[in-house]
Amino acid sequence: MLLSIRSLSKSFPGTKALQGVDFDLAAGEVHGLLGENGAGKSTLIKCLTGAYRRDGGEMFLQGHSINPTSTAEAQTLGIGTVYQEVNLLPNMTVAQNLTFGSEPRRFGLVDARMQSRKAREILAPYGIGIDVDRDLGAYPVAIRQIVAIARAVELSGKVLILDEPTASLDAAEVRLLFSIVGRLRDEGLGIIFVSHFLNQVFELCDRVTVLRNGRKIVTAETAQLDRLRLISHMLGRELEEAERHDRGASGQNAERREPMIRFEGLGRAGMIEPFDLSVERGEVIGLAGLLGSGRTETAQLMFGVRSAGSGTTEDAQGRVAHGSPREAIAAGFGFAPEERKADGIAAELSVRENIILALQARRGWMSRIPRAEQERLAAHYIEKLDIRTSDAEKAIGDLSGGNQQKVVLARWLAMNPRFLILDEPTRGIDVGAHAEILRLIHEITAEGMSILVISSELDELVAVCDRVIVLRDRRHVAELVGEDVSTDAIVRAIAKPDAAKVVEPA
Amino acid sequence: MGRMARRLAPQILTLAALVALVSVFFPNFINISFDGSRFVGPIIDVLKRSAPIALLAVGMTLVIATRGIDLSVGTVMAIAGAVAAWAITSGLGLPLTLALALAAGLAAGLWNGALVAIIGIQPIVATLILMTSGRGIAQLITEGRILTFSDPGFAFIGSGAVFGIPFPTVLWMATAVAFAVLMRRTALGLLIEATGVNRAASALAGVNATVILIAVYMASGLCAALAGIVTTADIRGADANNAGLWLELDAILAVVIGGNSLLGGRFSIAGSILGALIIQTINTGIVLSGFPSEYNLVIKAGLVIIILVLQSPNLSADWIYLRSVLLPRRAD
Ligand SMILES: Nc1ncnc2c1ncn2[C@@H]1O[C@H](COP(=O)(O)OP(=O)(O)OP(=O)(O)O)[C@@H](O)[C@H]1O
Ligand SMILES: [Mg+2]
Repeated sequence: MLLSIRSLSKSFPGTKALQGVDFDLAAGEVHGLLGENGAGKSTLIKCLTGAYRRDGGEMFLQGHSINPTSTAEAQTLGIGTVYQEVNLLPNMTVAQNLTFGSEPRRFGLVDARMQSRKAREILAPYGIGIDVDRDLGAYPVAIRQIVAIARAVELSGKVLILDEPTASLDAAEVRLLFSIVGRLRDEGLGIIFVSHFLNQVFELCDRVTVLRNGRKIVTAETAQLDRLRLISHMLGRELEEAERHDRGASGQNAERREPMIRFEGLGRAGMIEPFDLSVERGEVIGLAGLLGSGRTETAQLMFGVRSAGSGTTEDAQGRVAHGSPREAIAAGFGFAPEERKADGIAAELSVRENIILALQARRGWMSRIPRAEQERLAAHYIEKLDIRTSDAEKAIGDLSGGNQQKVVLARWLAMNPRFLILDEPTRGIDVGAHAEILRLIHEITAEGMSILVISSELDELVAVCDRVIVLRDRRHVAELVGEDVSTDAIVRAIAKPDAAKVVEPA
Repeated sequence: MGRMARRLAPQILTLAALVALVSVFFPNFINISFDGSRFVGPIIDVLKRSAPIALLAVGMTLVIATRGIDLSVGTVMAIAGAVAAWAITSGLGLPLTLALALAAGLAAGLWNGALVAIIGIQPIVATLILMTSGRGIAQLITEGRILTFSDPGFAFIGSGAVFGIPFPTVLWMATAVAFAVLMRRTALGLLIEATGVNRAASALAGVNATVILIAVYMASGLCAALAGIVTTADIRGADANNAGLWLELDAILAVVIGGNSLLGGRFSIAGSILGALIIQTINTGIVLSGFPSEYNLVIKAGLVIIILVLQSPNLSADWIYLRSVLLPRRAD
């Protein structure tokens, strides 16, 4: 075995994150590490690389006992890692990030030209033409994700660990990543792959290991498993296949819903071309498009994160001001952003405080939500969204990634907005919770809330949306309604304009 | 309550240990007597003299909770003192004098807050501007002299007593309690902490982070003005050059010793107050213990380092880890 872990244990106050976990990784295999949100996947990885100090257990790399105490030390052993929360330095350049710790030197000084050249070489296989001398922070999440992957691949001599690397990637980028991982496997590396996308797991992984509540449940050849078995290993129960509402059909058959908000000519130079959008009560609108097509920008203009250069917004009462998040919230909008670590959570504050934050901000500083009410709200959403936490007072930063995402959703559900924008709402969320959230979307829209969903997962859009707007090159190029909403149709519309029927907004 | 006691345990223990230590060198340290009109004794003296640091530490706690820092508070003390001395000697009367001095502090805070929250200058740089230039403003007000006065009402603020307790002590305690209650009974505490932990996320959740930031710098300016008023009243004169000199550093130290992180977020005003008392106990203790005064700064530095090291979370994590590793090994 290339890498063996024996009875690894790790506890946090109130949580046994890992209990006697064994794990084996062979050279030349891609090994999937699966489990629900909070099962212990990221913890296992962090213990392996020394980012966390394990409580017990042993680890062997090619038969030798290893004890790295930091990511850097793990790298010198040949273990390259992409953590779930990308941990590169946003205010250093892409090149500096890529060569950090192994900068090309000349006369003892960092050779900036060589550094840029080396960075471009490292990035070459990924086909992203970016300026390596710009600050990493200037690029969107997906680019940062690719840079992190490229860096880890470069550093991994023996083992490459990818913790949910595809969470913010588009289909094309996923393909690219898979071909690179396949190449590394053929070169004899061992690769650990964490993902909640079971399709990707079945496609890429030779074997999988399933964790549940910090224990190893099973290790098996992927070929010997089917989807349902795998899911029941993960959840410890069968997943009732979410009764697949044919949202599209019902959207068309339903009597016309009353219009609620009309955005007209909303746009901003360099960000997104002016577009019109009329939102009806209780409908789910999807935004589809490639990375950089302007999906997030559309959401940002609607929520006043960036001010719009043009456009007016109206509802039945007249003009709606949404020039800043506070104005947008006052107008009954909500926005769960894409980058939960940077824009979503206040890591040190408790789950309870994170849930009530927006509610409290709307009430103003003078009328504090009574403590008992805060606790009631927190308990309600912890239960409703099945947030895995030892208690409501735990710092949200100590929750697993998927559970943090659920808290951000809870914050906005607690606000009960009339128009909720969800940017990649299920990113990092496990299969069980995923079905649960899609059901929740059906439920709240039935009560009259309207939702705009941005997602790279086309299946998800097809499952929940009444209509899907397709963006390309910062323009809204097509709209698919009702029965026309299908994965194929979206893919075609993203690819070329003429293939999809362009429908005028209702 | 139990939670708060646990949070403050290191500071309380440190303070107790310091009092014990000083008592070794100066056995009368904890003696308190009543001289007919007021309590007297070294401890009472510590409680009185800690007024400026304690007041500054209250405002500084809030600024640091937002991930900022206010280097200008010592200078703002001098400005507020100068304004007060000028107003009282110009015969404006005590209420107007106090109002003007406090307004000066608020204005200074507004300036700092605007630089940080609206213009986006880093707090350390933004407040450095006022720290260095503000003494010039104070000198303009006092016209370069030490402005003395003899108004008994104003002097009472510095040296009077209420129920036998020095007025400065009453003032800092009342200020600290008022701020602590304001923070925890309203949502301000949460909104400040959220802004400090993640300003972008807070703003997206609808927190008015800009206003919160300006408000904490104004609170800090207000506290600094109070400290300036007390100091000026105590010496019955405004010294633009020396009032509050280097006190900003003691205030920051008090906040840090109080267990508040310079990275912002969770804060405890009670912790900072204990930090201020710890610093003042060291200051007074060194003098009382009879060490030559040239050793003061060195001894203080030494004690502060020891305290910070003992309180460091890294160290306690290491300690817990070491214990868990060593103890089982020793068993076999
Ligand atoms: N630093 C920490 N402090 C306290 N508890 C922690 C910490 N890190 C993780 N945990 C807890 O350990 C458990 C396992 O978390 P982990 O991040 O390993 O889950 P995961 O399997 O990666 O989940 P996800 O799919 O959501 O990323 C969770 O209950 C989490 O709350
Ligand atoms: Mg994880």
